[in-house]
Amino acid sequence: MLRYILKRALSLTLSLVVASLVIFVLIEVIPGDTASFMLGLNATEEAVANLRAELGLDGTALERYLSWTGGMLRGDFGISYTYRVPVSELILDRLWVSLPLAVFALLLSSLIAFPIGLIAAANRGRLADYGIIGGTQLGIAVPNFWFAMLLVLVFAVKLQWFSAGGFPGWSTPGAALKSLLLPSVALALPQAAILARVMRSALIETLSQDYIRTARAKGLSRRQAVLRHALRNALIPVLTIIGLQFSFLLAGAIIIENVFFLPGLGRLIFQGITQRDLIVVESVTMLLVFAVILVTFLVDIAYAVVDPRLRRR
Amino acid sequence: MKHIPISLLLGAALSSVFLLAAGLSLIWVPYDVESLSIADRLQASSPAHWLGTDQFGRDLASMLMVGARTSIAVALVAVGIGITIGVPLGLAAAANRGSVLDEVIMRGNDLIFAFPSLVIAILITAVFGPSALNAIIAIGIFNIPVFARVARGAALSLWTLDYVLAARVSGKGKARISAEHILPNIGNLLIVQATIQFSLGILAEAALSYVGLGAQPPTPSWGRMLAEAQTMIYTHPMLAILPGVTIILMVLGLNLMGDGLRDALDPRLRRARQ
Repeated sequence: MLRYILKRALSLTLSLVVASLVIFVLIEVIPGDTASFMLGLNATEEAVANLRAELGLDGTALERYLSWTGGMLRGDFGISYTYRVPVSELILDRLWVSLPLAVFALLLSSLIAFPIGLIAAANRGRLADYGIIGGTQLGIAVPNFWFAMLLVLVFAVKLQWFSAGGFPGWSTPGAALKSLLLPSVALALPQAAILARVMRSALIETLSQDYIRTARAKGLSRRQAVLRHALRNALIPVLTIIGLQFSFLLAGAIIIENVFFLPGLGRLIFQGITQRDLIVVESVTMLLVFAVILVTFLVDIAYAVVDPRLRRR
Repeated sequence: MKHIPISLLLGAALSSVFLLAAGLSLIWVPYDVESLSIADRLQASSPAHWLGTDQFGRDLASMLMVGARTSIAVALVAVGIGITIGVPLGLAAAANRGSVLDEVIMRGNDLIFAFPSLVIAILITAVFGPSALNAIIAIGIFNIPVFARVARGAALSLWTLDYVLAARVSGKGKARISAEHILPNIGNLLIVQATIQFSLGILAEAALSYVGLGAQPPTPSWGRMLAEAQTMIYTHPMLAILPGVTIILMVLGLNLMGDGLRDALDPRLRRARQ
C-alpha cells in the first residue's frame, strides 16, 4: 500500500512540474511587454525598466520560473500587476464566491439527478424512463450561459425576483445567497442531466447483479432491493463523476460568472487575461490544475484502500 | 443492421438539417450577412425575413445558416485533430502495454484532463489572438486525450484475441497489426466518440465565441449572435432565443445520433434488446 501511495505521489509531483512548465511557457509567449503595457505609450524607458525590476520581470526565463514556483511552494503567489496586492489575497477573496457557487451547483444538481436517475432505472424501458432520457438529452444540449440569459430574462427582468447580477458580499448573507441562486441553477442544469444519466446506467448495471437477484429471492420487494442494495453500489461511479464535476465547476464557471458579474475565480482569470495581469492568470491557473490533480490523486488512493486489486496495477 | 434505433434516425435527421443549411450557405443565403441595413433593423418575422432581423438589420435566418457553417467547421476540424493525434497515440500505448511509452502517453493524457479546458482555451486565444483557427486548436487539444483513451481501451482487449496472436506469429510488427487488425475493429467506437466530441465542440465553440474568442466579426457565429443579443434581450428576446434553440437542436441531434449509433453498432446491446 505504501509503495502504491509513493508511486502515485511521485506521479503527482511530476504532473505538477510539467503543468507548471506548460503554464509558464504559455504565459511567456504571450506577445507584448507587461511593464510598457501598464505604463502606456508615453512612458520613459527608465520608468519601464524600473517597473520591470519591481515586478520581477527582469532576469532569465529560468530564474523567473524558479522564483515563481519557489514562491508558490511558500504560499507566495506574487503581486498582482493591476491590483497591486498579493495574488493570494485576491484568490482568497474570490474563493469565497467560487467555492459556495460550486458547492450550491453541485448540491442542486445532485438533488435533481438522484431521484430522476433512480426513477428512470426503476422504470427501465417504460414511458417514465424514455421521458427522463429525452429530458436529460435536452439538458445536456443546453449551453449554460444561454440558460443563464433566459433565467435573467424571466426571473430578474420580467418577474423581478432577483437582481440581474453582481454580488453584495457576505456581510449580508441573505442577499449573498440570493445572488448566487440563479447562477447555481444555470450551472446545475447540464450537470444534473449528465449525473442523472450516470446514476441511471450505474443503477441498471447493479440491478442486473446476482446479489440483487438473491435479495429479491430472499423476499425483498423491488423497492427494498433498489434502496438497500443497488443504490449503495451504484454510488461509486456517481461519486467519481461528482468529484470531476466539482473541479469543473470551480474552473468552468468563468462564463456564468461573466453573465452574472460575479467576482469569482473564473472572472479573475478572465480579467487577468484582458488586463494582462499575467501573474494572476499564471498562479490561479496553476492552483486550479493543482486542485484537479490532487482530487484525482485522492480518489486513486481511496479506491486502492477500498479495492486492493487496484494497488498492483 | 436490421433494427435501426429511432434515436439514430431522429438524430441524423435533426443534424442533417443543419449540415444542409451550412452546405447551402456556401452557395446561397437569402441575404448578405456582412452588409448592415439600419433601415431594416429589428424586424419581426415576415415573408421577406422569415426569422426577422437583428439590431443591425441583418437577416437572422441567413446569419444562422452561415453561423452553422462556422460552428460545424470548427467542431469538425477539432474532432479531426483529436482523431489524427489521439488514435495513433492510443494504439501505440496499447501495443506497448506497460512500457515507458504507455506510461508517458497515459500520464500525458491525465495531465491534459487536469487542465481546466475553458481556461486553457481562453489562454490560447489570448496568446495567439482570437480567431476561428485558434478556437479549433484550443478545442482540438482537449479532444486528443479522449480519443487516445478510447482507442487504447478498445485496442487492449483486442490484443488478447487469437487472431491478433496469429498475426504476431506470422511475423507482423506491432505497428502493422495496429493498423491492419486493431484499427478497423475499433472504428465503431471511434465513430460514436467522434459524434459525441462533435457535439461538445459545437457547445465549446459557442462558449468561446460568446466571450469574443471565436470567429471574429463580420463572420457570424451562433455564440456571438447570443452575445450581441444580450443587450437586446429585454426588448427583443427572440434575438437570443433563436440562436440558443439552434445550438440546442444541433447538439441534441448529434447526441441522439451518437446514442443511436452506439446501440446499432454494439452487437452486445443489439442482442440484449432482442
